[in-house]
Amino acid sequence: MAVLRHSAAFPFLLLLALLICIPALVSGVWLNDDGGGVEEEGEQFSEELFLKPLPDRKVLAHFHFQSTVPPSAANGRHHHLFPKAIAQLVQKFQIKELELSFTQGRWNYESWGGSDPISSTNAKPPGVELWALFDLPVMEIDATWKDLTHALSGLFCASINFLESSTSYFAPSWAFRSNVSNLRYGALPREAVCTENLTPWLKLLPCRDKAGLASLLDRPSIYKGYYHSQRLQLTSTKSTGIVLKQTLTVVLKPDVQRNSAHSSLDKSIQPSWSVSSMFKKNVTGLCVPAKTSRIFFELETNMVVELEKLGYGDSWSNSIFDLSPNPVRVFKESNPLPGRSNSIIYEFINYSEHEPLDLGMKWKLPFIWSCSQAPFHVSRFLMGSGNERGSIAISLQSTESNKEFLAKSHGCNVQVLIFQVVPWYVKVYYHTLQVFIDGKPQSVSDVIEKIQVSPSEDKLFPGTLELMLRYPCSVQSVALTLDFDKGFLHIDEYPPDANQGFDIPSALVTFPNFHSSRSYVEDNFSINSPLLLKFQEKNVVRSYTEALLVPLTTPDFSMPYNVITFTCTVLALFFGSLLNVLRRRVGEEERLLNSKGNTTRIRLIPLLLSKFSSKLKGRTDGTPKSSSLLGSKFLLILVAVLAVLWHYISN
Amino acid sequence: MAAEAGDGKPQPGRRPRSRLIVRLGALLVAHSVLVSVVCCIAGSIAFLLLPVLAKNTYVSENALMPGSANPMFSSHDVVEANRFLKEILDRGSAKVTGTEIAKLIGQHVVDVGAELYYHKFHPHGNQFHPLHFFSSITNTMEMQYNSSCTLFGLNSVGIIRAPRGDGKEAIVLVTPYNSQNIGQSEALSLGLAFSIFSLLSRVTWLAKDIVWLAADSRYGEYTAVDSWLKDYHNPLFLSNSGKIGTGVCFEENILHLLDQLKVKGPGYNIFKRAGTMAAALVFKVIEKKEKEERDSLTIYAEASNGQMPNLDLINIVHYLAVHRQGLRVKIGSMHSLLKAAWLKFVGEMLQLFGKLTKHLNPKWKFDITSAEYVEGTATLASSIYYQALGVPTGSHGAFRDYQVDAITLELSPRFSLNNENNRSAFLLRGGRLIEGVIRSVNNLLEKFHQSFFLYFLTAPHKFVSVGVYMIPFALLLAPLPIVSAALFSGNDNLGVSTEKVNQEPGCIGSSDTELRSGSWKWLQAAKVVFMIHLWAIIVSLLPYVLSQFPLTTPITLLLVWAALSICILLIFYLIFGACSTHCGWELLKSVMIAAASTGLSLMSVINFSTAQIGAMLIVPMCLLVQPLRKQMQAGVCRKAVLVICNLTIAVVGFPPVALLIAKGVCEDFGKAGVGAFWELAQLLWSWNSATYLYLLWIHLPCWVLCLHILLYPCIGRSSKA
Repeated sequence: MAVLRHSAAFPFLLLLALLICIPALVSGVWLNDDGGGVEEEGEQFSEELFLKPLPDRKVLAHFHFQSTVPPSAANGRHHHLFPKAIAQLVQKFQIKELELSFTQGRWNYESWGGSDPISSTNAKPPGVELWALFDLPVMEIDATWKDLTHALSGLFCASINFLESSTSYFAPSWAFRSNVSNLRYGALPREAVCTENLTPWLKLLPCRDKAGLASLLDRPSIYKGYYHSQRLQLTSTKSTGIVLKQTLTVVLKPDVQRNSAHSSLDKSIQPSWSVSSMFKKNVTGLCVPAKTSRIFFELETNMVVELEKLGYGDSWSNSIFDLSPNPVRVFKESNPLPGRSNSIIYEFINYSEHEPLDLGMKWKLPFIWSCSQAPFHVSRFLMGSGNERGSIAISLQSTESNKEFLAKSHGCNVQVLIFQVVPWYVKVYYHTLQVFIDGKPQSVSDVIEKIQVSPSEDKLFPGTLELMLRYPCSVQSVALTLDFDKGFLHIDEYPPDANQGFDIPSALVTFPNFHSSRSYVEDNFSINSPLLLKFQEKNVVRSYTEALLVPLTTPDFSMPYNVITFTCTVLALFFGSLLNVLRRRVGEEERLLNSKGNTTRIRLIPLLLSKFSSKLKGRTDGTPKSSSLLGSKFLLILVAVLAVLWHYISN
Repeated sequence: MAAEAGDGKPQPGRRPRSRLIVRLGALLVAHSVLVSVVCCIAGSIAFLLLPVLAKNTYVSENALMPGSANPMFSSHDVVEANRFLKEILDRGSAKVTGTEIAKLIGQHVVDVGAELYYHKFHPHGNQFHPLHFFSSITNTMEMQYNSSCTLFGLNSVGIIRAPRGDGKEAIVLVTPYNSQNIGQSEALSLGLAFSIFSLLSRVTWLAKDIVWLAADSRYGEYTAVDSWLKDYHNPLFLSNSGKIGTGVCFEENILHLLDQLKVKGPGYNIFKRAGTMAAALVFKVIEKKEKEERDSLTIYAEASNGQMPNLDLINIVHYLAVHRQGLRVKIGSMHSLLKAAWLKFVGEMLQLFGKLTKHLNPKWKFDITSAEYVEGTATLASSIYYQALGVPTGSHGAFRDYQVDAITLELSPRFSLNNENNRSAFLLRGGRLIEGVIRSVNNLLEKFHQSFFLYFLTAPHKFVSVGVYMIPFALLLAPLPIVSAALFSGNDNLGVSTEKVNQEPGCIGSSDTELRSGSWKWLQAAKVVFMIHLWAIIVSLLPYVLSQFPLTTPITLLLVWAALSICILLIFYLIFGACSTHCGWELLKSVMIAAASTGLSLMSVINFSTAQIGAMLIVPMCLLVQPLRKQMQAGVCRKAVLVICNLTIAVVGFPPVALLIAKGVCEDFGKAGVGAFWELAQLLWSWNSATYLYLLWIHLPCWVLCLHILLYPCIGRSSKA
């Protein structure tokens, strides 16, 4: 403003020159930042890393890479930064939205948080989860989905193509996303996730893992972590073009430097860490095409509260811990409730090529805090044992954060959405649904506001349950049970060897009343970080339950030979004798016998003896008549027996 | 077929060439006496030969790979175990509140970074529920109503979530300890468990979750483990509403307790789970009186109704204990048999025989030394006995009810545990053994399926598989249908022949009209047999009625039971007595044998060992039994032998006597009193043992029918024919 006031005194031309110069200067700064000279309108790429210490001595690292491309009409088929494979995928299958996640390990909702943006959008069930929203007529969606699974399976070296069979995917109607008909959802809980999935994912980045933040991704250290979830999220609209978000969430445990002198103190102090010590690598250089490249560091709400109790406020260097380079900017979460402290985010920018940004945190004193929890802790388990039947139980236990919520408003109601897919071989009886609230059985109609069940069909569709519960906030525990029978698989549906059991994919539990959005106080700049913008989106709190293992009756395939021989023998004996009995005509036989005349009955042993003796005689007589063949056979057998005996005795 | 063959007999000349099977069947039936004698003797010999036929065990599942990784359990962990042990002993001696140790365990588990919760349970008395046989789900609701305020136990459970696992499977470690009065050995087993647990929380190779259950064995190990498993598999969501009357004070108790615990964090009374259980290890340290040259390990594996864990689990424990840790592995054996002279004699004979066969062909491996044989037989006998009893030999039995493979490992040190060095060496061995076993199970990608489930152990490294031990039983059982058929066809022949001769009236009861309906006479016999079986079922249900009355001493209960059963039997006799004498004893015997053989075959499916022992008692009894009057007509010598045989077998065949003898052989005759049988029956039904059903539904009616035949009033037509 001061410049303007001054400029009013200057001649008009100067003012004009200045006005022309300001955008040029600004764009010059941008050019410096970008280092590449990409137009603002064109394709953009940004990379960010979000770090957060967790209460159980671990550290959360969340990589966020975002590429955008304007609507395709502008650029045609050629891209500077945006991966061509993805653009083609979007175009060919008319994808509106897509999310693919590969996860190893489980998100610990109790100690890593359940209601912050990271946990509610980036905590995923183990294995592969894929959902896609198509911009297609309903008739074509299933075929397109099949093609899409095959394409993704090739792209990411994973067996996503198993999701093509209609038994493994499903179209949720309202519990997953509200009221969409062209969404398909599938999950493979058993899929193992490893570097072979990471490499193609990294290939989508302009710098791969050669420069920029992605160069931190040292395979041994990120796969050694406690949670590893690699995600690809696509949104494509006519107006904004395609936005590709690639995120990688890892929970790592920093190495503890054991100090024998202060062993007791060491145990209680959180381990100090730095980016280079955790990833065993440094940020090597800048990824030149990246518009922004920065690292965020968050102090959780509860942590800030605890710090303020100790009187340290929001300083990043106090007697409890030190952050090593000084942050460039500080964002504070703006508070809906005044008089309460909130989380703080520090920003660090990866400027220079020669001086790697090595963010580090050094703990000096023991410090304990707890994370922000989801309103209810969800767990799902199997009840019963044996190979016949059982039940699935989903239990919700209220947590601390719910108590806070309670304090805020009285007489409120909690809504809970449950979305559960069950494979067809687990035959769920949906009429057996029972709801217990605080240990008392409730009639289903009282608690359930909305329910949609689509029962499974053998070898065709999985069963799904979409359910909306509504109950008072004061409820401490809710339990739902569903009985099921275990079905029999067809012989070629079993895995080739004896198996561990069959999986039921995780259920998704959503709390529509609770949102995980954050809004930040703008210090002096407007927020242009994609990650923070994403945090500001209004997302509902959701949590996934554990995957379950159902042991089914498995025939012992290792011994089919025994079974075949045994049954064949039994069948032969049975049918042989049956046919024999049916074929016989007793009357005729008797007549035949009578006509033959009375021959004396000889018992079996005398009969055999007499035959034997007659043969012997025949041999000694040495008169081979018609029985010469028999005699020679007998001789042969005798010689063989003698030889065997001789062999044994001589040995 | 046999009946058909019987039909063929009266006209022998007409059918010289019937089918081979029929002829063979007829031959067997015709020589039934010879066949039964041969089969019985062969069966007994085959049974005695079982220790010789035992094979060496081998780890069948390749994925287990026991001992392929270096143990990580180090002296550092031993130090930790020792520290924990000291803390427990300090706390244990200071206070006897019962929750001190749980609190200590809780603190340590949380420090290690694992999840913790406390599981409270009520000890439940064992009650007889006639309809609960074979069903693992018992009515916990009812039990909770009965429970009083002060009676509860507190299990502490720690869970390590496998860092990169998916949480579908879990391995369970159980250490029982008495929270009221903790001894040094129990504290040591807790220390060992904790050091292993803390090691496992640090390792990177875990694929399955680890659950450590420190079971409060104040009310018995089994109760604690069983109630935890019950809550794990069949939780009762109604629990709060069921405790209106007595539960309030209980809740207060637990709240008070949890306040006491003061371990920071949420939800220590919320039950947490960790997926399907892959295997469970119960381990404890026992200090033995007699000292040995090496630390030893005793394996207990028998679960309820003779179920055994997969042999691979025992194999890996044995392999690691013997070849890696140098422990001496033992399994239970009958000590009384070790000194038996006859067994030694048999062993020496077998040794001689083995030498002979070796002389004939060195490839035949029958060589077994006399000592080995005796030891093998003693072990086999205890294996069969504990399987037959149907009562689990430890708290691992609770797991088997939920199809989880589990064993109990009892570690006992060589020297006194007070010596620090010895204790450390012992802890190192034990820790490495258990770590190795867990690591092997952790490697497993599938369920335990590769190795045997049906086997007897004759040594820790030797087993008899089902294919071999079936043979003696089949040989014993084979004569029963043959003899039954022979008796039936013999009776039929007689009927026809008497009809043909038609000169003399038969026995007192038989008349011409009845003879004409001869082929249906067996229905009369079947009716008698059915009545006796019905009586047996009523007798088996009587204890349920009796347990409702406030009778205390086992002797009175037993006497009342016996008296009631005899009364009912007499009533049955009075009502149906008229018809029981009409049929000939041969038919009765035939039907009885048929019923017994059916029962035995059924029982062999449920609990083989019971069927095996039962067959050894029932089969001779069934085959030999004849009316005493008929025996009197035979020659003096034969008469004496027959009578003596029959009487001894009749005495031995009486279920109580048989049980007492079995118990006496195994333990000591001194303890056996009159009330012992009631206690034994109570034991059997409280453990839902199928042996109880076998004894009362098959064995007892068979014995009563045998007595009935022994005292048969008329000799029947057989003497006159």
